[in-house]
Amino acid sequence: MWDYTDKVMEHFSNPRNVGEVEGADGTGQVGSLVCGDALKLTIKVDKKTEIITDIKFKTFGCASAIASSSILTEMAKGKTLAEAAKITNQDIANALGSLPEEKMHCSVMGMEALDAAIKSYRQGGAPVVFEEEPGTHIVCKCFSVSEETIIKAIHSNNLKTLEDVTHFTKAGGACGQCKSEIQKILDKVLSCEIPGSNPHKRTFSELTIVEKIKAVDAVLNEEVKPKLNLDGGSVELVDIQGNIVLVRLLGMCGGCANAAITIKTLIEKVLKEKIDPAIEVKSA
Amino acid sequence: MKVIYFDNNATTQTLPEVVEKMLPYFSEKYGNASSIHRFGGSNKKVIEEARGQVAALINANPAEIIFTAGGTEADSTAIYSAVNSYPAKKHIITSAVEHPAVLEVFKKLSTQGYRVDFIGVDKDGRFDMESFNKAIDAQTALVSIMWANSETGTIFPIKEVAEISHKHGALFHTDAVQAVGKVEVDVKDFDVDMLSFSSHKFHGPKGVGALYVKAGVRFLPYMIGGHQERSRRAGTENVPGIVGFGEAAKIAKATLNQYKENVAPLRDILENGLLTAIEDAKLNGDKTNRLPNTTNISFGYVEGESILMMLDANGICASSGSACTSGSLEPSHVLRAMGVSFQFSHGSIRFSLSKFNTKSEVDLILSVMPAIIKRLREISPFHKPLCGCETK
Repeated sequence: MWDYTDKVMEHFSNPRNVGEVEGADGTGQVGSLVCGDALKLTIKVDKKTEIITDIKFKTFGCASAIASSSILTEMAKGKTLAEAAKITNQDIANALGSLPEEKMHCSVMGMEALDAAIKSYRQGGAPVVFEEEPGTHIVCKCFSVSEETIIKAIHSNNLKTLEDVTHFTKAGGACGQCKSEIQKILDKVLSCEIPGSNPHKRTFSELTIVEKIKAVDAVLNEEVKPKLNLDGGSVELVDIQGNIVLVRLLGMCGGCANAAITIKTLIEKVLKEKIDPAIEVKSA
Repeated sequence: MKVIYFDNNATTQTLPEVVEKMLPYFSEKYGNASSIHRFGGSNKKVIEEARGQVAALINANPAEIIFTAGGTEADSTAIYSAVNSYPAKKHIITSAVEHPAVLEVFKKLSTQGYRVDFIGVDKDGRFDMESFNKAIDAQTALVSIMWANSETGTIFPIKEVAEISHKHGALFHTDAVQAVGKVEVDVKDFDVDMLSFSSHKFHGPKGVGALYVKAGVRFLPYMIGGHQERSRRAGTENVPGIVGFGEAAKIAKATLNQYKENVAPLRDILENGLLTAIEDAKLNGDKTNRLPNTTNISFGYVEGESILMMLDANGICASSGSACTSGSLEPSHVLRAMGVSFQFSHGSIRFSLSKFNTKSEVDLILSVMPAIIKRLREISPFHKPLCGCETK
């Protein structure tokens, strides 16, 4: 059982500003179905004053994820973009009274989605999915958390232990392989050293299951689904066993006579290109 | 608020009559059963009576029962005993959907020189007999397959697996923690070598369980020390726990038929009601071959912890295979092995009944669940109404 504050329960039971703003000026997204939590924020912005006049959320996730999203919309509404950009995950957690340590990443997700929504507005309104900057060193491959994000979380939340880092960023929360690296970063930050980076490219078979899922899911979402959607179909990831990726074609693609060809020539080809040539795709 | 308890695969209520039997062994008859004086030594008889009751529940001989501190200890004991008794054999087999008490031990052994096969299941959670037949060979020391799955209730073909294991000279152990007390478990008829079970899953106290070891099967103790349990399990006997375990076993045996007749129909009303009333809901597990008390249903586009919290607000207790509830940040390994997509595994809810659940409790769940799922889907970014027509 989680020790949720009354405020968390109140926002979970009666979430504010649920939905999507019509004709949104900015859309920010973070997380995915695969990860188990995801948040989509839409904002309406007054062009002259840059005040957020309306903000709505849709969240897939646990009670604290829903409560964090809900209170974030209340905090951001009526603020200018510059003010809103200063909202930190700690502000969100404080506004809720507190969050269980293990659930602090829910507040981080809120902050990231708001950053993405503001970025989306600045870029003309096309939805922006929060992701680590390309080129940054990803420490936790499972949840795709960069060194930069970890250092930021340590500084802004005054984190002291490896467990703290996992609670706030999810980093190290699945396979745990990056724990020693997180500890090193933590040690360096706490002793005021500047940490260096240590990039190391691993093959698909060396990844943990969660890392594999994240990698494959990202490629399916970005490269494969948009193409299948054109034909009224889609694809879902079912399982990964070694280098074999099991998928299920959905919608129009499900009954398509060319299903086997689609799997080999589209899905497998893209995954081989983007992730690892050793990948083989099969129908689940 | 009244507690509406549908989480009986997690644990059950210790029956008041069981507690009553246990109470004298805390402050009055607190003696050590291994003592020579009559005050303590007389508790030996009490333990032996309980051993008889526990043995009778699974049709074993009392001498084949070793009391442990629960199901997990029984599992570890069985697995390590088997591999250490046959040190020349370096292959062991289990299933991919075992309880962590078995799975983690096998994973550990896989790093210590053992070849391990984790046999998979099909989309309904049924054991992959073909893969099992291919995996087993003369090098196999142990096959450990659960009797019934805790998350879906699916029952495995224990008799057949035991027979094949013996044909290849392997020992067969089954983790029957979820099965004992819910379905008929007969160690002689099913010819298993070792079987683990736990008291608190059928209205006994927590912290006590047993390992059945068939007479004649090689055995090496796991807990080493004093010569309690005929030197098979060291440690001062948990007299109150064992007494409660015995009483719970006696009651479970006497009421097993009644359990089957009452629990399954109620479960079916709940299951059919939920599947009919809620769109994009689907059953996980083998509908025909499973425990009478378990149903596991996935609700697409929503997350399990949120569902549980909203059920909890109505006093209803259930559980979920969602990542958020486990603390591991990964969804259920059982549903993943069954090929349930992430979309559905994060939103899985298990209801597990006991003989004390009633029709009016089922009706209450059926009355609140559709609104809970609807509410969460309104919040979810993944759920889009197919027709675009919002319900009024």
